[in-house]
Formats: sequence, C-alpha cells, structure tokens
Amino acid sequence: MNTARRLSAADLEAFGAELDALLHRTRTDLGERDVRYIRTAIRRQRSLELAGRALLFASFFPPAWVLGTAALAASKIIENMEVGHNVLHGQYDFANDPKLSSTTYEWDSVCPADQWRHSHNYLHHTFTNVRGVDADLGYRLLRVEDAQPWTRWTFFQPLYAVALAVLFQWGVAAHDVDLRRYIAQPRERTDEDREKIGGVVRKASRQLLKDYVLFPLLAGPFALHVLAGNLVANLVRNVWAFAVIFCGHFPDGTETFEPQVLDGETRGAFYQRQLAGSANFEGGRLLHFMSGHLSHQIEHHLFPDVPAHRYPEMGREVRAICEKYGVAYNTGSLGGQLWSVAKKIARLALPPLTGRSSTPAST
Amino acid sequence: MIAFASRLLAALTYPRAIDDFVEIANPLHSSREVRARVVAVRPETHDTATLVLQPNGRWRGHRAGQHVALTVEVAGVRRTRCFSVASRESSSDGAIEITVKARPGGAVTPLLVSGALTGTIVTLSQAAGDFVLPELMPERTLLLSGGSGITPLMSMLRTLSAAGHDDAITFVHYARSSEDVIFREELSRFAGAARNPLRVEVRTGDFVAETFAELVPDFEDHDAWVCGPPPFIAAVTAAFAARDAAARVRVERFSLEPAADVPTDAEVRFARSGRRARGAGSLLAIAEASGLNPPSGCRLGICRTCTCRKLSGTTRDLRTGALSSDADVDIQLCVSAPVSGVAIDL
Repeated sequence: MNTARRLSAADLEAFGAELDALLHRTRTDLGERDVRYIRTAIRRQRSLELAGRALLFASFFPPAWVLGTAALAASKIIENMEVGHNVLHGQYDFANDPKLSSTTYEWDSVCPADQWRHSHNYLHHTFTNVRGVDADLGYRLLRVEDAQPWTRWTFFQPLYAVALAVLFQWGVAAHDVDLRRYIAQPRERTDEDREKIGGVVRKASRQLLKDYVLFPLLAGPFALHVLAGNLVANLVRNVWAFAVIFCGHFPDGTETFEPQVLDGETRGAFYQRQLAGSANFEGGRLLHFMSGHLSHQIEHHLFPDVPAHRYPEMGREVRAICEKYGVAYNTGSLGGQLWSVAKKIARLALPPLTGRSSTPAST
Repeated sequence: MIAFASRLLAALTYPRAIDDFVEIANPLHSSREVRARVVAVRPETHDTATLVLQPNGRWRGHRAGQHVALTVEVAGVRRTRCFSVASRESSSDGAIEITVKARPGGAVTPLLVSGALTGTIVTLSQAAGDFVLPELMPERTLLLSGGSGITPLMSMLRTLSAAGHDDAITFVHYARSSEDVIFREELSRFAGAARNPLRVEVRTGDFVAETFAELVPDFEDHDAWVCGPPPFIAAVTAAFAARDAAARVRVERFSLEPAADVPTDAEVRFARSGRRARGAGSLLAIAEASGLNPPSGCRLGICRTCTCRKLSGTTRDLRTGALSSDADVDIQLCVSAPVSGVAIDL
C-alpha cells in the first residue's frame, strides 16, 4: 500500500524542518501583497456577480442569458473557492480585518461556514485520508480504495458520483452531521446533530430564497429564464468544485492510512502523510485562480492557513525538497487526474477479485 | 416601505451585505462604520503632525476632550490606535483633526505623521470618553497638559474660545523644549489676544509643584482637566492631593500603566481552539504568544476590539487591579490578566 520510500527518522525530521522553514519564511513575508490580492479577487467576484445578475434580467435576449449565467457561475466559483474556502481557513486572519476573518465570514453555499470549519478545516485537514476519521474519504458514499468493503450497492457508485457532483454543495452541507447515521439511527441523534441540521436548514432557505424565489420574481415575465440561469450557475459551480476536490485526494498514487499512523505522529510524518494523500494538477494562472489554488492541493495540505495564491511559488520549493528526500510528488494535467479518478471509481464499483488483499466488511 | 426594500436587498445580497457591493464604487461608504478620508497631513513639530479627517455620514460628532479609535492598515495588517480629537467640538458634518506624535519604533504613529496616508481612507470609532467639560462651567477652570497630552485640552480651549466662554480659564502646557511645543503659534495668539480673561502659559521642562504654585498660587481652587504622560499625571495629582484637592482633578491617560500589584503567572484555557497557556501579562498577549490571533486594537482598554467572552475564572483589570470572577461575561483581553481558572471563548 505504502509506495513512498521509507525515510529514516533523522531524514524525516530534516524533511519536516525544511518544510517548516519554508512555512516560516512565507509567513513572515505576509502583508500588503496578500491583502491586495484577495481584495482584488473579491472585487472581481462581486463585479461578476452584479454583471451576471443584471444580464440575466435581460435574458429575453439569448446571448445575455448565456453570458449572465456564465458570469454568475464564475462568480460563485470564485466566491466559494478562492475567497470563501481560503478565508475560512484563516489564510487572511493575519490582516486583522473583520471582512477577511475566518470567524465571521459566511460564504455563498448552503453549508454554514461554522460547520464547514469543523468538518473541513479540522477533521479533513488534520486526519487527511485516514480511514474512519476523514469523512472526505469517499464522502461516506463512494468506495475509493480497495480496503473499503464492497456491497452490492457499491456497484452503482458511478451514478452516486455523478449525483454527488451535481448536488455537491448539498453533499458538503450534509457533511458535518453524518446524515446517513442521522436518518438510519434516529435514536442516536444528539442535540448537537439537531442544532447543526437546523443551521443547514436556515442557511439553505436563505440561499434558495435568493436564487430561486426573489431574483426570479424580480424579473417578472422572465422569471423562468432567471430561475434557469441561477440553477445552471449553481450546477456548474457544484460540478467544478467536485472535480477540483476529487482531483485533490483520489487520483492514482494517493494513499490512505490506518488510524494508527496518528499515534505520536511527528511533524515530518504529518507532512509526509499530507504529501502522500494529496495530488496537484497543472495549468495556467486562470486555472489556478478558478480552482481557488486547490490545483495546489499538496501545498494546501502542507500549509492550509497560508494565503493560497502563494502556493505556486511555494510549490517550486516543496518539489525541490521532495526530490531531495525522494518523497513522491503527485501531479499531472487536470484531464489526466480526472480520468484517473473516474477509472478508480469505476474499478472499485466492481467486487474485489478473490485473492486480492482487502479488508472484509466489518459491519 | 424603506424597511421592506432594505430587507429585500439584504435577502438578495445574502450572505454579503449591501455595503459590500456599494463599497466597490465608493470606498468611503458604509452603513455601519465611520470611515474618513485623510484630507491633509500638516506638520506641527519635528515629530508631530495634524491629520485632517473628513468622515462619512455615520459620524455623530464629538465633545471636546473625547477620543476616537483610528484604524489604519500597515503592511496589510489593520491596526487601531486611540487619539484625542484636537479640533473643536464637532457636529456630524465637517472635518475633524487629530494631532499625532510619532513614537520611535512604533508601527502606526510614524506612518501617520509621515503624511503617506494623505488621500487614503481610514476607519474611525465614534467619539468616546468622559474626559469632557460639564454643561455648566465651574467658577474657575484649569487645563493642564504635558507633551502630546495637549490634544484633548486643545479641543476644549478651541471650543470654549469659539463659544466665548473663556472667562476664568487658565491653560498651562508643559513641553520638553520650545521646539517641542505643539500648536505653538496658536497658543501664542491666544496668549497675546487683546481681551484676555483667558490665560495661556507655556513652560518647558518637567512639572514641578513649587514652580507651578508660583504660576498659579491658588490652583487648588480650580477644577482641573489634566492630560499627559504618566509621570506628569502623577506629579500633578500629587500636587493637588497635597492641598486636599485631589477630587478636583480629572485625568486622561494615553498609556497603560499596570496597577501596582502585577498578577502572578496563571493558567488559561482557550476553549474554542482547545489551547492552554500560562502567562503573567494581558490575556491578549498570552493568546498571541500561544499562536492565536484575536482581533485587537488599541491595547489600552479603550477601543473594545478585543472584547471576548470569559467563560469562567477570575481575571484582574490591569488598569485598576480590580478582580472579576463573573462567569460568561465579556472582557477586554488587552487589559485583563488571568488570576485563576480562566477559560476564554477563543
């Protein structure tokens, strides 16, 4: 399972120290440049949002519908990925600006920001790719590694993957509460579960009210055009976010771990696990921007609270450090990584071949 | 109707506020906070300058002697400092002025004094503070300042003079040297005015009770407003106390002097982040030393940016030494030190 070269304890420590030094160098350099960067991104996103909404009101003219929908989709993608995701990681907390603060920012998604900060920042980023702890591992829905048990329902998992892509923001919203347990085991529900579900319902109602009631009503005779535009924009954002995130942890070569790795895990070992569990994809500046720099999933997992626009420059150093220590650095084209994820989901939909090592179903 | 429209707009822009879109076009705009354009920066002495600020419509004016918390961005980081308004009492419109002394090595004041912020937008709090003149002026008034502590008293002097209420007012200012006298020309104009019920004196060097008593022999018969560095305030209050007139003195401090009994080293639990730390200073410093980055501003207990929920335990107010053992109360991290069993929602 573990394909990475085993580093000696001393090498692992030196490897960790070099990455720590890179983190420290970047952190002491944070300042005006980073704040200017994110404010420019926010300004562009809001201008796109205004333009998109305005164009959709003129959507009796078909090109306006197309342009408006595209602008709104782009704005939602930027808001969720480059702004929301990154601000909620605390990447800009150093600026002491309440509008860029991880504790007060709320994003344009049905998932409440505080629940996201728990399920994503804490659970997923701390326990990345650790079986049974990181719920992002297959989203409690997909079989993404041989060690997971196969049931006959797994056979249909390509369909589940498509459904998850289309409804991705709902998948994310259902994430902090284990919705499957919540539905299947009503007696196990806690007050905390109920509070969280309430939070999702409140947040989702406001999101739905805005996109599917108020904006369409304001458009009068073109209500359906606006409704369709908003629906498509949300859908495009969902599919894109799904694609970017699945390319981050599931392409060939990414590893999963037993919970035991967490016992006494050193800084160097933590970095090595994050590297082994994450994958990048390559592209131009626009692709990095539109993926919220999650194209640099590796750097993001090493340094989750460093402003993401720094990842391309940090990535060059990370790669050099990895080469020096013989640690694998998983990167490829977006298309290649997506294809490898799709193949994996399809392959794992089939029952494991006999003789192949796999953990039997424990349930 | 307006209420309905604004609720509708808020629902349409959710989760952003309407302001977030308006400020793309007009960075001075805000429906909540006071923002101001730095219209001009006027040098006063070698290390002080006056900033002329034009606030937006949220500004509610100030009373002479009050201060504002000014937030500026230094190298991408927002920092807040408190300054007395030096210009005369203002209503909601019109520019206000603050006069700032560059503190060597300071992060904020040298930038303000340099003039580099001319034309930029800064954030202000509403004016605050009870270091103000009463509605009905006392029989005899003494305005006494040391160094850059002149600013709130200058606002009082300018306000009283403009209103013609400057009878029986004595204004005494102490500066390090004659080059360090802020507002020197304006003060000498006041001193040399033809009709002169107002008395303005400028002295250089430290405040010394004996020489001050020669200048104002019956000073204990005045109601006094005093502002200056801590040793200055201590010397003035001691002089009044020596004549049993301590109660007639009102002081404004602009630096934090810890209360005499410095708290001992105590453990703190930061509940939300799950961190624990030990320390002796302010909870703000302890939180920062343990890697947390709570919002903070003046660090003097004035601006309340760092207000945070104390879940349990006893804290000590660094200014007064007072203990607080209430659970579930908001405290100011910058002026609270842990005593025992402190848990903070951070």
